[in-house]
Amino acid sequence: MAKRLDLKDVDIYYGDFHAVAGVNLSVAPRSVTSFIGPSGCGKSTVLRTLNRMHEEIPGARVDGEVLLDGEDIYDRGADAVAVRRTIGMVFQRPNPFPTMSIRDNVVAGLKLAGVRDKKKLDEVCEASLRGANLWKEVSGRLDKPGGGLSGGQQQRLCIARAIAVAPDVLLMDEPCSALDPISTLAIEDLIADLKKDYTIVIVTHNMQQAARVSDQTAFFNLEATGKPGKLVEIDDTEKIFSNPKEQATEDYISGRFG
Amino acid sequence: MSADAQRSGAGPSGTATGLDAPDRPANGPTFQALSTGRKIKNHAATVLVTLAFLIALVPLVWVLVTVVGRGVGAILSADWWGRSLNGVLPESYAGGVYHAIYGTLIQALLAAVIAVPIGIAAAVYLVEYGRGRLARTTSFMVDILAGVPSIVAALFVFAAFISIMGGVQSAFMVSLALVLLMLPVVIRNTEEMLRLVPDELREASYALGIPKWKTIIRIVLPTALSGTVTGVMLALARVMGETAPVLVLVGYSQSINFDPFSGNMASLPLLMFSELSNPEPAGQYRIWGAALTLILIIMILQLGASVVSRFSAISK
Repeated sequence: MAKRLDLKDVDIYYGDFHAVAGVNLSVAPRSVTSFIGPSGCGKSTVLRTLNRMHEEIPGARVDGEVLLDGEDIYDRGADAVAVRRTIGMVFQRPNPFPTMSIRDNVVAGLKLAGVRDKKKLDEVCEASLRGANLWKEVSGRLDKPGGGLSGGQQQRLCIARAIAVAPDVLLMDEPCSALDPISTLAIEDLIADLKKDYTIVIVTHNMQQAARVSDQTAFFNLEATGKPGKLVEIDDTEKIFSNPKEQATEDYISGRFG
Repeated sequence: MSADAQRSGAGPSGTATGLDAPDRPANGPTFQALSTGRKIKNHAATVLVTLAFLIALVPLVWVLVTVVGRGVGAILSADWWGRSLNGVLPESYAGGVYHAIYGTLIQALLAAVIAVPIGIAAAVYLVEYGRGRLARTTSFMVDILAGVPSIVAALFVFAAFISIMGGVQSAFMVSLALVLLMLPVVIRNTEEMLRLVPDELREASYALGIPKWKTIIRIVLPTALSGTVTGVMLALARVMGETAPVLVLVGYSQSINFDPFSGNMASLPLLMFSELSNPEPAGQYRIWGAALTLILIIMILQLGASVVSRFSAISK
């Protein structure tokens, strides 16, 4: 069940440091939104506030509202654990659990939440691996450790693991930056498939990738080091890359700075 | 003026940086034979470190050869592993030390049963939860505890549990003293192993909606398991040879006592100590045998530790 995300006046802090200021944006269900911008502009930070991973860093806090289908995930009554079950995340570097087999990695979220039914686990495992385009490559060695796969396979394993808990939204933090072009292509194809079922937000440094995979692109920038990052512009990907409203966006995507 | 011209004019030797490269003549072949000075220094250093290594090896080999040479006769005798010294006369070359081996093992085991859960939990606190003053204080206390001599730990247990709380001397009291000696080793080692677990794994787990406590139990601890087990076994090996606690906290017995909570109980260090007052040659025979037995047990533990760490190491 894909859901929509709305950010209203979101300010993000690391202790006293104001990292990102005044973000307002909306993400439609079953769409891909990409965040682009120079390093340190806060795009990953914004992504990590979308499933409350940001608060794992000591001193970090968030002001404003992050609404998932109208429900504030930062509401006092909202449990961060429950939020993360609903909004999954894939990280920059593939991080399969090293002590677990491929199968256990995929169903880790369910197993650790107390699902014991082996038949159901096997079904979810196969469905998730198929969903992540990895089933054909690993179906014969589900009991082998996940760490034995190639980097690209590991990343798809992590995507399978993330979708196995059936989230509403999938966040991806530079999912291809540690991968070669062929694995990158595999992940990009996968994102296009996943879009049918999930709301996807992806951070990327690769502008061609943003142009290829996303429906909507948000450009973040910061005026100077030490100042908070800002959302400069968000629009349809086509518009951002052909005819952006802001000069800064045009400068960035045409490579004139950053 | 072009950049090249500027550069070549910058330094007298004409290098791009304007600095003379060390050890490189301005003209002549780039590669030359090793200079005599460096050859001499190289040889001198090699000889010195090799010599230092050999000197360090001398006491090690000496101890090993002596203990094996004098103790091997005792441990090869038929009764050594299966009999106690019950009823054996001081001058007789009979009997065995299974009562002392049992004592050493049960005392160390009891200590481990208490120290390992506490130590691992404390390490989890320090790594996963500890912030601020309590964590700093705990960490500092662990360092202090690590520096406590075994005789002090033994006297503390005697004062606290026997003099004040009215306990009796027994093998269990020895175990309590051993707990004090094991704890800092287990905590420090487990702490290091937990810190080696990449944060990415914790984040991956949180992102699946797995609560923190479950992440620690099911993801972090299993990942750090092999190192933790190795550390525990090394800590065990270390406390097995401790002598001060057994001298202070339990009486010696010639015969087997299975009950660690009451009565005298022998252990290998205690047996060696009590046989020291035996003027007969048989006493020395038993001391060397017990010494070799202790070394063997500790060696088996250390081998076990390295096997565990090799087999359960994170499979790639």
